[in-house]
Parts: sequence; C-alpha cells; structure tokens
Amino acid sequence: MADNNSVQSVGVRRTVIRTVAALIGMFAFAFALVPLYDVFCRVTGLNGKVDTTAKAIIHEEVDQSRYITVQFITRGSAGLPWQMSVENRQMRVHPGQTAEVDFTFTNNSGAESWGRAVPSVSPSSATTHLRKVSCFCFQEQQLQGDERLTIPLIFQLARDLPKDINTITLVYTLYPVHHLAKDISKNDNNTIGDSI
Amino acid sequence: MAPKLPPQHSLQHSSTAVAGGHSQHGHAAQPKGIMRWLLTTNHKEIGSLYLIFSLVMFFVGGMFALVVRAELFQPGLQLVEPEFFNQMTTMHGLIMVFAAVMPAFTGLANWMIPLQIGAPDMALPRLNNFSFWLLPVAFTLLLSTLFMPGGGPNFGWTFYAPLSTTYAPPSTTFFILALHIAGISSILGAINIIATILNMRAPGMRMMDMPLFVWTWLITAFLLIAVMPVLAGVITMMLMDINFGTSFFDAAGGGDPVLFQHLFWFFGHPEVYIMILPAFGIVSAIIPTFARKPLFGYASMVYATAAIALLSFLVWAHHMFIVGLPLTAELFFMYSTMLIAVPTGVKVFNWVTTLFRGSISFESPMLFALAFVVLFTIGGFSGLMLAIAPADFQYHDTYFVVAHFHYVLVPGAIFAIMAGVYYWLPKWTGHYPNERLAQCHFWCSIIGVNLTFFPMHFAGLAGMPRRIPDYALQFADFNLLSSIGAFFFGASQLIFVLVVVMCVRGGKKAPAKAWEGAEDLEWSVPSPAPLHTFETPPVFNRTHHHD
Repeated sequence: MADNNSVQSVGVRRTVIRTVAALIGMFAFAFALVPLYDVFCRVTGLNGKVDTTAKAIIHEEVDQSRYITVQFITRGSAGLPWQMSVENRQMRVHPGQTAEVDFTFTNNSGAESWGRAVPSVSPSSATTHLRKVSCFCFQEQQLQGDERLTIPLIFQLARDLPKDINTITLVYTLYPVHHLAKDISKNDNNTIGDSI
Repeated sequence: MAPKLPPQHSLQHSSTAVAGGHSQHGHAAQPKGIMRWLLTTNHKEIGSLYLIFSLVMFFVGGMFALVVRAELFQPGLQLVEPEFFNQMTTMHGLIMVFAAVMPAFTGLANWMIPLQIGAPDMALPRLNNFSFWLLPVAFTLLLSTLFMPGGGPNFGWTFYAPLSTTYAPPSTTFFILALHIAGISSILGAINIIATILNMRAPGMRMMDMPLFVWTWLITAFLLIAVMPVLAGVITMMLMDINFGTSFFDAAGGGDPVLFQHLFWFFGHPEVYIMILPAFGIVSAIIPTFARKPLFGYASMVYATAAIALLSFLVWAHHMFIVGLPLTAELFFMYSTMLIAVPTGVKVFNWVTTLFRGSISFESPMLFALAFVVLFTIGGFSGLMLAIAPADFQYHDTYFVVAHFHYVLVPGAIFAIMAGVYYWLPKWTGHYPNERLAQCHFWCSIIGVNLTFFPMHFAGLAGMPRRIPDYALQFADFNLLSSIGAFFFGASQLIFVLVVVMCVRGGKKAPAKAWEGAEDLEWSVPSPAPLHTFETPPVFNRTHHHD
C-alpha cells in the first residue's frame, strides 16, 4: 500500500511536470506564430502582403502578347486628416514592362502630421510577381499643414506572372503614425525608396 | 437552490469489500457550513460544486438568450438598444461556452473519473479546490462588465480584432482578465484529470479497459493543455494592443487582423471538440446500459476520439473561408474538415450497432442519449454543408451557422450532460429521479429545442445574417417560431431543476447497481456513494468488460 502510494506520487509528479512543460511550450508557440505568420505571408505573398523594400528593375523582354489590368484603390483611415488620390484608377500593362503612376497626398489640416500608406495586393498569388522599384509605401511620410504632394509609384510585373491572372488590385490604406522625433530620424535611412 | 448535493454523510464508512473501509481516521475534524464547501478537497463535493455552478450559469446564459429571442420575436426594434443586444449575444455565448458547458463536464469528470477507475480521489485534491473557486471569481468579473461604463463585451464570443481592440468598450480589459482566470481554471482541471487517469487506475486496469467517459476526458484534457495556452496568448496580445501600444492585430503598426482569426480558431476549433468529446463518453456509457449489451467497437471508439482530436488541429481555417484564403488553402481546409466526418461516422455507427438487437428500455437517461445521437448527427450534417468552401461563401455568418452549432451544442453537449445527470443521480443521491417528471422534461426539451433551432436553418439559407437586432420582413415567421420555441425550452428547464431538487431530497431508493445493464466500477460502490470510496483499491474484474 505504501509502496503503491509512493509509486503513484512519483507518477503524478512526472505527469504534472510534463504537462506544465507542454503548457509553457504552447504559450510560447502562440507568440512564435506571430513572426512565423509574418514570414510565411511575405515568402508566399499570401494575404496580399508585399515586400516593402525596393527592387531593382529586371531588364527582361516585355511580353507583348498579354495585357494585365492594374487597379489602384486608396483608402483613408480614422485619425489622419489626409486625402490620397491616384491619377489613374486603372492602367493596362504588359508583363516585364516598367510602369509609373502618380499618387497625390493632401494634408487637409493646418498642422503637420505623419502617416503611412500600407499596401495590399489582390489576388495574393500575384504578390510575389509585383516588383516595386519605388514606392511611397516603403516608409513613413511627413506632410506640413495644407501641403500637397505628388509621388510616383514605379513598378514592374514579372514575366512569370501566372497565366490565369488578368487583373491585379493594389490597395493603399493610410494610417496615422504617432511617434517621437528621435525615432523618425533613426528610421530615415533604412530604405532606398524615394523620400519626401 | 440550496447546495444540498451530495448528501451529507456523517463520515460513515462504506460497507462493501470493493469500496474499502478506512474512512474514519484522519478525517475527523471537518469544517461545517460554508467553510466545508470553500475548503473541500473531496472530488465528489468539488464535482457537485462544479455542477451547481454550471447549472446557475446555464440559467444566466439562458436569460441572455431569451433577451435576444424576445427582441427578435418580431421585426423592428422593440425591447433593447442594438448596443445592449450585441452585449447579450456576446455574453450568452461566452457564459454558455466557458461557464456552463465546460464546468459541467469538469464536474462530471470530478465526480465520475475516480469512481470509474477505482481511485480514492483526484491526484491533486487541493489544486482541484483552487481550480473550482477560480470560476466564480472569473464569471463574477465577466458579468460585472455589464454594469461598467460603455457596457460589457459586445464583439461576439469570437471577439475578432479590431472589434475587440480598437473599437472595443473600455471594459474589455476586465473581459480579458476574466477569460485568463477561467482559462487557468480549465488548465488546472486538465492537469489534474490527466494525472489522475494516468497514475491512479485500479490495479489491473489497463488503458484499454477504461470506460469511454474516462478515455474521452483524457483526450479532452490533452486538447485543453494544447489550446488553452494559445487562447491565453491571444488575449494577452489583445491586452497589449489595447493598453501597451503594440500592434499585433493593428495594420497601422504592421500587424494583421487576419492573424487574430488564425490564432483564435487554432484555439477555437479544438475548443468546440472539448465541448463534445466528453459528451461522446457519456452517451457511450448510457447506450450499452439501456440496450443491455456491451458497447460495439470499444477500440474503434477510442481511436475515433483520438482521430477527431488530432484532426481538430488541422481544420481551423474552415471558419475563415471568406477571409481571402488562397485556393490551395480553401481546398486543404475543406477536405480536412470533411475527413472528420469519417471518425464521427464510426462513432454514430457504433452507437446504432450497440442498439441493434439490444434489449432496450427507455428511461430518461436513455431518451436523452438517443436524442443526442439523432440530433447531434443532424448538426454534423449541417457542419458538412458548411465545410464545402464555395457553399460557405453563402452560409458564412448567417443563421444557418447559428442553427448548426446550436444543434451540436444544445441537443449535443447539453443533452449529453443532462443524460449523464439522470444516469448518475441515483449514485450521487441514493434516489432515482422522478421518472414521470424527467420524461416530461425530456419531451418538452426536445420539442423546444427543435422548434427553436430548426427554423434557423431556413432563415439562414434565405440569407438572414446572425448577430443583428432587426431583420427583413421575410424572416418574420421563422423568427416567431424560434422565439416561441426558445421561451418554451427555457421554461422546461425549470422541470430539470425540480427533478434534481426532488431527487436530492428523496425518492425511490437506488441500490448500488442502479441500472440493470450498468457494468462500470462506479456501480460497485453503494448508492449514495459515500464521501470516501476506494481507499483500498478495488480488484478490477475484466470479464464484464469489452474484449
């Protein structure tokens, strides 16, 4: 009986240690999923997440045989008194061709503010074939009070774009950025996209 | 109702040889009154506390549902503000999931697992006390948010970000804390159950000799260990997004609201099986008893339960078909979801085959168990319809989904809990429940449940969205029926309370083996089960069991 009890309590202790280890592991796993998800999305282009670093133009032969319709959608967000507009809502390009489109940012308030346009691409299978040479979305932007600014987006569609894709939609959503001045200067040089 | 469960034995020691008899010494000075319940480490008393708590919360959550159904009785806004309506749908879901169904199963586990495996108590009795008393704290906190400025949680029980972060009421931090406490309670309960089952079985009882209720709970406890920490992680991220300026789920700061849904459903889908696997175990105990035949396919039942548990980790994104998944993912989650129908079908087949050529009698536990098999299967079929990704584009967030999960949870989980209560009440109280009233409760419940939830299928297929306080006129008739059914179902649960209270106070005396066909170890101890049982481990006799 006593032997049986001590065997049991050793067993119970071992089970408890193992389950607690599993619990800690799963809690850590939940947090590990955040960067894993981000990396997974960037590598595969899933969820329309585009790489926000500039790509060099690939000089490849333009595929004259097909046209791709590229649509642009701009959206404001609560808390930022800016307006964002695009010169053409839609354009037709060949794969391999470099294209440029102008976006205009207007600060409707009298005060300076910081904002950032966060991009998303649909369908997500096109994401990795969209190469942005220069984009305002690479970094945060500053607009003085009542300032109006036009910035081009230069992009290229890779020739290996899947055959079933005829239309690509780029969505830019404007978000306010609140941070301290010293952080801004630190972030200034870490992208090679054009700055304002 | 007074906490009369279980009957207060004056520490009598049990007389049968099987139950052992060392209960006198060492337990002499037991606290009386409220302190007895606050400090108890006895698995039977803690089991009763869980069950009573869950019954109270079942009525609280039920009242919230009736507020919702009263508002939806006819089109237009009559009774409550839309903001309050949202709080009612949210709180109904949260209370029913975390405070009614889960504690009820834990209560049954506390009462029955030691009795079914021949153990004197749970492995960690003091932890058991702590994990119960966390629950009243958690849900008092959660319910108190209804009285806070800005109201309680109003974002649905799935609390999708950014509804639950950027646009949430100020009370959300309390909601997070309440859920953390409830989660810790579930985790501690799961540790205790695993430790008990793995280490404290009667000598000679192998894993494959355990009753299915023990098996299904063991697998459920592993699911809890795997996913409750993920829930804790998600709500911690929400907490940090709300209060500490992080951007886990905020696109403005580089986060992603879709990530919330992935993480939530990675917890959420195993969670829905946590609420059904113990029900499978209860039904697998009751059907063989009242068919007077051993369970057909015992081993396949165990493997099917394990298969369902493993598959539950691979199907989470079927809740997110319209979020913009790539085609490959839609197909993967569609087929893996449909695959779950295979082990579930094995279970239903085994129950039906157990009934085949059985000598069946229809006492109240059996009625609820049979209703479970039929109505849970209907819920399973609507689940298969929802699994079809292209069809789900239409069904998503409609009343069809509401109909589906209420069919698997109400006549599924809750009917199984009630079947278990009627089945084990003679063991708990020493009296049979009043059979006439119990049958009345059964028939009222089955009419009420179908009248409430069956019309929701049609409203949903016709396009009625869920979580709205007002709706288009063409849905008026379906909603009228649902509301009448809901009030009828709610009222008939009062019969259940009446039966339980009457059974605690008296009734026809039950022998140790209260049901003719019952074979498991719990029927070898006297009815009512004395406070201390199996202090000397019983001799486990395999001959009666599944071979």
